[in-house]
Formats: sequence, C-alpha cells, structure tokens
Amino acid sequence: MKPAPFRYADPRSVPEALEVLAAEEGAKVLAGGQSLLPLLSMRLAAPATLVDLNRVPGLDAVEVTADGVRVGALVRHAGLLAHDGAARVQPLLARATANVAHPAIRNRGTTVGSIAHADPSGEMTSVLALTGGSVSVAEPSGERAVGWQDLFVGPLETSLPSVAVVTSAYFPALPPRSGTAFAEVARRRGDYAVCGAGVVVTLDEDRRVAAVRASYVSVGLTPEVHDLTDAVAGAPVEKADWAAAGALARTLVDPDGDLHASADYRRLLVGVLTERTLIEAAAEAAGGFQ
Amino acid sequence: MTTKLFGEPVRRREDARLITGRGRYLDDIGAGALAAAFVRSPHAHARIVDVDVDAALDVEGLVAIYTYEDLTGPLAEPLPVLIPHPQLTAPRTGYPLANGEVNHVGEPVVMVVATDRYVAEDAAERIAVTYEELPAVVGVDAAREARACVHEEIPDNVAARHHQETGDVEPALAASPHTLSFTQYVERSAGMPLEGKGVHARWDADDRSLRVHTSTQASTSVRAAIAAKLQLPLDQVEVVAPDVGGGFGVKIVHPWPEELLVPMAAIALGREVKWTEDRREHFVSSAHERQQRQEINVGFDDDGRITALDVHVWHDHGAYTPYGIIVPIITATQLVGPYVIPVYRVVVESVYTNTVIVTPYRGAGRPQGCFAMERTMDRIADVLGLDRAVVRERNLIQPSQFPYDHHLTFQDGRPVVYDSGDYPALLEKLKVLVGWDGIDALRDDAEARGRLLGVGMALYVEGTGPGPYEGGHVQVLGSGKVLVSTGLTTQGQGHETSFAQIVASELGVPIEDVEVTTGDTRRFPYAVGTFASRAAVMSGNAIALAARGVRDKALRIAADVLEADPGDLEIADGVVQVRGTPGASIPLRTVAVLSNPLRYAFDEAAKQATQFAVQASNDRPPVTPGDAPGLEHRDYYSPIRSTFASGAHAAVVEIDPATWEIDVVNYAVVHDCGNVVNPMIVEGQVLGGVAQGVGGALYERMAYDADGQLQNASFMDFLMPYASEVPDVVIDHQQTPSPLNPLGIKGAGEAGVIPGSAALASAIEDAVGRRITSMPISPTELYDLMRSETAERTAASGRRTGVGA
Repeated sequence: MKPAPFRYADPRSVPEALEVLAAEEGAKVLAGGQSLLPLLSMRLAAPATLVDLNRVPGLDAVEVTADGVRVGALVRHAGLLAHDGAARVQPLLARATANVAHPAIRNRGTTVGSIAHADPSGEMTSVLALTGGSVSVAEPSGERAVGWQDLFVGPLETSLPSVAVVTSAYFPALPPRSGTAFAEVARRRGDYAVCGAGVVVTLDEDRRVAAVRASYVSVGLTPEVHDLTDAVAGAPVEKADWAAAGALARTLVDPDGDLHASADYRRLLVGVLTERTLIEAAAEAAGGFQ
Repeated sequence: MTTKLFGEPVRRREDARLITGRGRYLDDIGAGALAAAFVRSPHAHARIVDVDVDAALDVEGLVAIYTYEDLTGPLAEPLPVLIPHPQLTAPRTGYPLANGEVNHVGEPVVMVVATDRYVAEDAAERIAVTYEELPAVVGVDAAREARACVHEEIPDNVAARHHQETGDVEPALAASPHTLSFTQYVERSAGMPLEGKGVHARWDADDRSLRVHTSTQASTSVRAAIAAKLQLPLDQVEVVAPDVGGGFGVKIVHPWPEELLVPMAAIALGREVKWTEDRREHFVSSAHERQQRQEINVGFDDDGRITALDVHVWHDHGAYTPYGIIVPIITATQLVGPYVIPVYRVVVESVYTNTVIVTPYRGAGRPQGCFAMERTMDRIADVLGLDRAVVRERNLIQPSQFPYDHHLTFQDGRPVVYDSGDYPALLEKLKVLVGWDGIDALRDDAEARGRLLGVGMALYVEGTGPGPYEGGHVQVLGSGKVLVSTGLTTQGQGHETSFAQIVASELGVPIEDVEVTTGDTRRFPYAVGTFASRAAVMSGNAIALAARGVRDKALRIAADVLEADPGDLEIADGVVQVRGTPGASIPLRTVAVLSNPLRYAFDEAAKQATQFAVQASNDRPPVTPGDAPGLEHRDYYSPIRSTFASGAHAAVVEIDPATWEIDVVNYAVVHDCGNVVNPMIVEGQVLGGVAQGVGGALYERMAYDADGQLQNASFMDFLMPYASEVPDVVIDHQQTPSPLNPLGIKGAGEAGVIPGSAALASAIEDAVGRRITSMPISPTELYDLMRSETAERTAASGRRTGVGA
C-alpha cells in the first residue's frame, strides 16, 4: 500500500498550476487528498504528477452574499460546517456537511475536491445539484462557470478537461418561503451513505406547497434532482401528503445494489427519507411565516 | 501502597506508554532494514504457468527476488500441520511461496526485497505471473456439493470428519415427545488486529546468530519453526515479540510464510530485512473464521427439557489446515454450553474452499457452537409457548452437579469436565440486569414510538487455560527490582499489570518494583503461546508459583540473618520482618544481595555479600548444596485439564420498521471467570469481546464472490464497528473459583465475543417475529426477510397481537 512514484509540484498560483497540468501528461490535482491518497496507496491510481494546490493563496475563502455562497477550492468540510453565514444563506450546506465522514476527514477534505471527484456517494455533489449550483473552472483560456448539469458525466467523471482547476463552487441561496432538510442512512456512523436525501420545500404566499425538489446520495451514477411537486402541489403545508411525495420519489430513482444495500432497499430508503425530510423541511418553510 | 493487589482494579501500567506513541511495534524496529513485498495470487484457484521477473530487474533499489525455485531443504516442503489429529485425514498446507498452484487470492507467489517498501512494491508490480485458472470452490455449500475440488487428490473437499457422541442419538430422538429439525448459517469474519503481521530479521554473520522480531502470539514456537525450517541450531535463533497491536488468534498461527522467508533473505543477503503487512494483505493472506452450515435435530419433552441433540456442521476451512481442526473441535465440544444434554452426537465436516485459511479468531468455534445451542433453546421455547429463560433454566447443569462430565474430548485432548460454576445464578442475575420480566412494558413503549423492540439472551461455557504448560521466572535484584518473565506473548491484554499484581501480592513487594517481560525467548525459552484465554490461567499461576519459590528462599536467607524461624517471617512492602517484632527486619533487596555470595564488590550493595563481610558458618559452603546463587525461582504450571468459565448475555434491540435499521439499545453481560486478578482488565476484555460480537452479528462479513474474489478487502467495505456502533454494556460479575489451579482463576479473553450473534439473533427475531436462520444480518437483509413469502413466522409473534402477524 505504497504509491507508485510520482512527481510532486506545489505551484503558488492558479496559472502556475495550469502550466504544470499542461506540461505534464497524467497530472492530477491534490487538495485535501481524502479520496486521492487512498487511491494512490492502493495503486488504483498512479498519476505521473501531483499538483498540490495547498500553497496557492486565495482559495480558502467562504464568500457569502444574499444570493449565495461561494466556497473556495481549499475550504475544508469542517470550515464550511462551522460557517454560520453560509448556513444562514443556504442551510443545506451545514446540514449535508455534517454527514460527511468523520471529523478527521472533514478537517482535511475539501468541499470543492469532493465535488470535483464527482463521487455520487458524496454529499456535496448532491447538494450542488439540489441548490442549482455551479463550479468556477480556471483553464488556460480563462475562468468560466460550469453548471452542475454540465459538470457530472458519470461516477468519478466530470466534463472538465485535464488542464483545468476548479477554483470554487457556488451554491445559490435558499429561495424565500422555503425549508430544507438532509438525512442519511449509513451502515456505520460517518460511512458513505447507503442512501441520503436532501430536499427543498417552497411554499407560495398562501402557505400552499409550490415546489418540492429532492436529490439523493448513493442513488444513481450522477447526482440528479427530482421534482416531486406533482404529488403535493397546491396542498396547504399542514395537509400535504408527504408519503405520496416519497412514493413518487421511489418511482423516479434507479438505484444500483452493492454489498451494503440491494437496489430495492435503496429504493425503500429513498421513499422513507424523502417523506421524513419533507416533513422537516415543510415545517421549516411554514415556520418562516411566523 | 499496599502490596495485596490481587483482585484490585489497578490501572494498566502499559497504557501511558502505548497511548502516547512510546510503544515499540514491529514496524518501529529496523528503520534501515531492507523491505520485503510480495506478489500474491490474484486468482482463487490456478496453476502457475510462468513467473517472469525480467521487467522488475531494472528497478533501481531492487535487491533480490525469490520464487519457490529459490527455496531449499525443509523450506521447500509444505508448511507444517501444527496440530495433527487422527480425524484430520486429509491435511493440506501451502508452501512459503506457491509451488505451481495457488489455492486462494492472496497466496504468496514471489518475494521481492528492495531498499524500501515503495521500491519493493514497484518491482513486485512489474513481475508477470502467468496463471491457468482452475474452477474455484467458494463457500461451505459449494465445497459440500464438490462439483469442483480445491485439492486434486481430495475430490469431496473434506479435510476432516470430526465426530463425537455420548450415546445412541437416533433411538433417543425417536423416543422424544417432540423433535425439531432446522438448518442455519454463520458467516465469515476475522479478528482484524489493528496492527497486521510483521517480521524483522537480523543475521550476525560473525557469530552466525539470528534475531527475529515478529508480531506473534507464540514466539518460542516461531523460534523452533525457524530453526527447523532454516536448519539452524536452536541456540543461534532468538525470537522476540515486541509490542503487538492485537492478535485475536490470527497471530497464533505460525510459522507464517513471511516468518521463514524474511529470515531466509536476511541470512542470504547479510542485511536486515523487514516485512510489514499492510491492511489489504491482511484481508487476503492472513486468516478468517466462522463460516458454518449447521443442521440440527433436537428432541425434547413437554417441559422443554432436551432429551437428545444431533448436530451436523459443515465447516468452511479455507484453502489449508495448518492449525488442524481445533476450531471444529471447539464448536463440537463447546456447543453443549451450560446444559445437560442426555444424548449428544456431533459431526463436523471440515471442507476445503478456495479462500483464506480458517484458524482460530477470538472465540474460536465457540460463537458458532453457542449460536447452534442457543437458537435451539429459542426454538424449543417458541414451539412450546414457553419463556425462553424458563426453557434454559430447566436444562441448566445445577451447582450440585460439579465436576460435570460431558463425556466429550476437548481441544487439548482432555475430557470436557466442567470444574465449577453456578449457571442458575448467572441466568437469574442476567434477567435482573436486563429487566427480562419487564420487557413487555418496554415493547409497548417502543411501539408507541413506532419502533419494534425485542430481547434475546444467550449463555455459554468456555473452556479456558488449556495446557500443556507455561512457565514463569521471578528474580529479585540487589536494587530491589523484581524481574518477572514468562514465555507467552502479550498483544494488549495488560500482562505488565496483571502479572505484576500477582507477583506483588505473592511476594509482598510494591508493584512499582516489578517489571514484566513476555514473549522474549532470550528471557524465557519454554512456552506455548497466548491463545484460548489461557495467559492468566497458565502464566499467571506459573508466575505465582515462581514468586512463592522466591518468597521461600528469601525467608530462608532472612531467617539466617535475623536468627529467626522462617515461619515467623513475613514480607510486606519489600521488607522481610519478624512478625510482631518491629526492628527485626531486612529489606528484600538486601536478601537478594546476600543470596549471591561474592568475591568482588563493585558497589555499596555488593560489599555486603563479599567474603570478608559475611558472617558465614565455616561448617558449610557459601552456596548450600542443592541451592543456587541469586534470589530467583523458575516454575511451571501444567493443568490437569482446562478450566471452564461461563457467562450470559442479553441484548435489547429496537428496529425501525421503515428502514429496518437495527439499534442495540441495551446489552447486558454476566460474567464468571473465577477469581479475578484485575476486574478493570476483565471488564475491558469483556467489552472488547462484545464489540467484536456485535461486529460479527450486525456488520462484518467476508464478502467473497463466486470466483473467490474478496469484494470488501478494506475497512471502507468490511464494516468493523466504530465506537459509535458498539452499544453501552452493563456488566455484572460472579466468581466461582476454579479448583484446578492455585489462584482459582479461569480465562477471560474470549468470553465477550461468544454469545453476540446468538443473543442478537434472538432479540431481532423477537422484535420482528420472523425466524432468523443466518448471521450476520444487515438492514437490507432484514428488509428482504420481512418481504419474503417463505420466511417463517415465529409462534411467539402469532401469540402476540400486532407484531409480525
């Protein structure tokens, strides 16, 4: 369990990082290393060069505006989890991050790294999708935003070219009259979820359900956002049939089975977690009216 | 500080060192050593057609590559069958490096030695081994069907058919008022010590001596094996077990291929060589345990008393049988537990599979035996509509029946005769501890919260402290330090504390003066090993006897000096004194000095023992005939047979009927290991065992696919429970001393793990009303069971309204 030989570069700026990536074929970006280093140690990955971003200044900021939260490439999960401002503008960030692994991993692992890794069993890919977020990507030609729909291609696969650095992720703010919730079932506390669910419930001005969206963890090959509004549209928030929304969700997902859960069991959990999180999120949305 | 420490919860003296990083584990040794890495088989079953090392040869830093062709003499022969048995009719073991065939994924094929481990892995990666794949036999049922075989000459895959019976079971079953027949399974897990195996060897070419450090549970026997296999004189081989980060049985197996190959390379290269097992290697090349298929026929009367029991077990033995059939024998003989079984027949067929070898893992066949017996009790109760505790109570061996002879032969070749115990009291204590009689109220409360609650229990008897022997050496130095050594090893049990307590108590010295060394063949060359809950029983008693020998000698010498009768002397706080006569005393350290008559003095203390200082009698020599210089004594303890500890566990589970998550909300243990040396250490052992029991019941499983590939060979997918998954445990103790040994103690190392699967299966079954016939069980499997058309509903669930009906 020792990595194969690799060259190590520690650029001091994003352009410098891009230069190394352009010059060295098979170079890979290192941020928190919580996914990459085990892959290296098990020789499941053997990049020729590691481009360590940790000495690049300016990538470690959480920027909060009324419109949303921008999370820099070197912000650790723990940093985001503890960021009250971010939690106020988009509560899903802290709620989901609390489910990311264990404190030791949250102290090293980065939110953006986890998104760039595009693991469908990671929480933050799902949250990026559910909030309608995007990432900012630096390329030799300049910086551009890539929306979540265009980012995720498959498990551990993004649409980004090899000479690119994700410099930040942007999570739009929670819309008005909305509530959120996030829940997971994991075999052991802190493990990758067998199934996780994040939801957003938005009410109209008459406290009727206007929109319901959900996104799941460890369900499907890439993050998906499912619109569950049809099951409960127009219902007064106290009377909405959340079980029906859960039932609808079960019909929309296409989970796989693995060692820890059959596809059927995952589908069951999608229903249960959807209903449970929606009840919570709806209560939060309704609470905003008082 | 008092010197009467036996039985006190003394804090573990080794912990400060171990938890602040000052331990010395295998990988802390030999920083400059060459590193070994292995090319291991990627196939479960294959012939080796070719090994091509050419591509590795230009790796910078490569030192040597070894294949089977490089092995000579006894090293080229199969590894030893450590524990032969007449019923092990077709034993097979592997070679240190594969000889033309591999029988499980992970079997070592090539050893690479290089300047460091990175380079060794780089070179290993470039070695191309060509295989011709053979059909793989995976799992106990496939082995039994024998459509393919693991070893060509053993077409039925049966290594051993272990058979014991205490009477004519068939007529007894036929005459029974009720009978039940059922089949159940237990899955594979493994001990998973946090430190894997590891070996470091240093060869001194000048004096032709070999020093080997190995993370083992049996250093003396590793030493003998190395000497035999490498054809070295025993006195030129030293084997030391440094701090060992857990064993749980896997490190009692020896010699592991690496324990021979690393020394071989060190000698050949004239350099220090080290191999440190990594986690992935540990998963596929160490040892697993526990998979069994159990077919059970039981007869019983209207009261639930067992009249006859017939058990046929199919035991997955993995690819080889280096540790003999110890695990099957233990299942066969410990299955009967604390119960009277009038007629018992057991057959355990050990079958070969193309998977990692099966050797003892903490519990060593007992969890499976307990699962068979306790699930039988649950079924009898269910059929008769009786309380599960009542059925157990009616079958218990009574205190008046000791010594109780089961008429079986145990793993040590000696009779299964229970020496002492009080099983009805255990059960009664357990019921109180877990609130057995008030469980319906808890069930209602849980139901109101939308949860299904169930309770289960399981009892066990554990044969501990098997022979043949252990020894102890105690020596008092002129400084007052008391050196204690025993040959068996330590892998976290707290022997530095518990053995010191025994010596402090026996000798009357402060524990701070006592230093304990274990597992170092330089200090104590005769030993068996640390396994089968035997260290406290075996070495504890041997050390106590050695301390008593020292005490006798000290009193003899002191009596001379003090002109008193030895019978009037006592030792307390390291001082020998005439009882009731203050001032008439001599420090034990002075006695130690005087015990060694000297010609030469080199410090103040030594002066007291020189020839012109001592007022010795001219009528006898300075060292009395039959005596020896020095205040030390070596003694051995060899038991007539094992001593039998016992216990009872109960678990309360709550299940979420939407997600089928299983939450252990209460876990109660009543534990009896005779006299207790250190209750804090015993509790630690029980808690650690419970953690592994819960792991085996709810989380862990070696997930082999049909091709023999282990699908979860990492801690990410092999779900060893975290602290967050281990329930709080309430523990009550009972002490029925063993009449077999001087200290009256029984072993405690494995007990905690034994009843976990049985108690939790019972609790889950109680909660959901569906028969649990296979463990471990996970939420996804429980969901499948609840949806299954064919899953059996328990009678109890039918009698209770609402649940499972």
